[in-house]
Amino acid sequence: MTKPEGELTWKDLEIGAIVTEPGNAAQYKTGDWRSQRPTYDFTKCIECGLCQIYCPEGCIWQNEDGYFEADMFYCKGCGICARECPTRVITMVVEEE
Amino acid sequence: MAKKVGMEVSVAVGEAVKLANADVIAAYPITPQTHIVEHLAELVADGELDAAYIPVESEHSAMSACLGSAATGARTFTATAGQGLELMHEVLYVASSMRLPMVMTVANRALSSPLSVWGDHSDVMAVRDTGWIQIFTENGQEVVDNVFCAFRIAEDQKVLLPVMVHLDGFHLSHVIEPIVFPEQSVVDKFLPPNKYPLPLHPDKPVTMGDFAPPITYPEAKWAQEVNLRASKEVILRIWSEFGKALGRHYSPVESYKTEDAKVLLLTMGSFSETAMTVIDKLRGEGRKVGVVRLRLWRPFPFEEFRQAVKDAETLIVVDRALSFGGPGGPVCSEVRSALYGEAKKPKVVSFVAGLGGRDITPAGFETIINKGIEISQKGSENEFEIFGVRD
Repeated sequence: MTKPEGELTWKDLEIGAIVTEPGNAAQYKTGDWRSQRPTYDFTKCIECGLCQIYCPEGCIWQNEDGYFEADMFYCKGCGICARECPTRVITMVVEEE
Repeated sequence: MAKKVGMEVSVAVGEAVKLANADVIAAYPITPQTHIVEHLAELVADGELDAAYIPVESEHSAMSACLGSAATGARTFTATAGQGLELMHEVLYVASSMRLPMVMTVANRALSSPLSVWGDHSDVMAVRDTGWIQIFTENGQEVVDNVFCAFRIAEDQKVLLPVMVHLDGFHLSHVIEPIVFPEQSVVDKFLPPNKYPLPLHPDKPVTMGDFAPPITYPEAKWAQEVNLRASKEVILRIWSEFGKALGRHYSPVESYKTEDAKVLLLTMGSFSETAMTVIDKLRGEGRKVGVVRLRLWRPFPFEEFRQAVKDAETLIVVDRALSFGGPGGPVCSEVRSALYGEAKKPKVVSFVAGLGGRDITPAGFETIINKGIEISQKGSENEFEIFGVRD
């Protein structure tokens, strides 16, 4: 996108609001939807990857140390990873805390 | 040489679509539109028209197939009526919002229930706000001419919108009329190939009808509104070019014997022709009456309409649809709104008549005119008058 969405005027849109940049949905910050965020105690992590498999957003990746962590640009804070984690690595906390 | 032939108007629409060289026709048969797509199916099957004919399982699918077709830049046509138009409803918004040019003839039909296959404008009025350009026609020649104009308008780079051409079910769709068809070369010259600017193509992918959060949706809708309103200038230009090339002239609001007229009748569609014969009779009796016919329904031609009625004392609007529980016929409602802020305006009287194919005879129009004049002088307790219903 040439401009942030909030600055696009009606004249900036393509005809029919057609999107001409393939895959630009990746620029959409779904992290804004979040009311809770995951926190991690990696000392308990067994690197099983279940959180990654269950994440409906597909935004959990292994970090440099091999632990699984959500990309907060996309994480909507649903808490499924925390519920599925067999070793209770993940705790959801209210976003403001 | 252009040739004049006697032909059923529905068949003539098919011939016009053939002359317009449509690439894709996706349609589902429904009375009273069936003969249009039936004839096109024959033309394609017989190899007379090189087009893809997509038989679908419903009108919803017909319009959906038309979206896909128009999105690739193919010249796209469909036709429907009544319930079929209502079944298309949600997809109609998508066609106009994605700015996909296509043409649809609608053989206007009443809505169920009780089931009626006959004509009125209930189907049109229910799709009034779908963002399509909408043109009304009165006779077979006008339908054929406006099929050519509709493709040209729809595909104009400044417009890029779907266009409906309305013809009254049975009263127009099923009558045999003398129609002049232009030569193929004349049509080809008037109607250059469709050049949709952002077609679906694997080499240059685009996303159509994507997701818009509150931060962009209003901008998308306003762009659509500005575009539809601006299309009027292009429509005027194309009608003018058509007039120069083929000698038949169209305008958004057409007046008949309105000079010095104190009383005007406002009509749409084929019943306008009956209204005009009544005006001839009344003029013969020395009465100052005329008819204003609304040809362009969307975008609504505010300026032309106000200009056409400003000197009249009484404007009698005849609607062929009922807005249940509302202020009167849908057309009259818009007319009143268009005139509300004007310093000088006629008194507007609303009639609803001709529902479900009921004729409005010349005597009927005369009664409407006389009763309308009486109401404009004495007033009425009713929001509108229903005409011709047995009491």
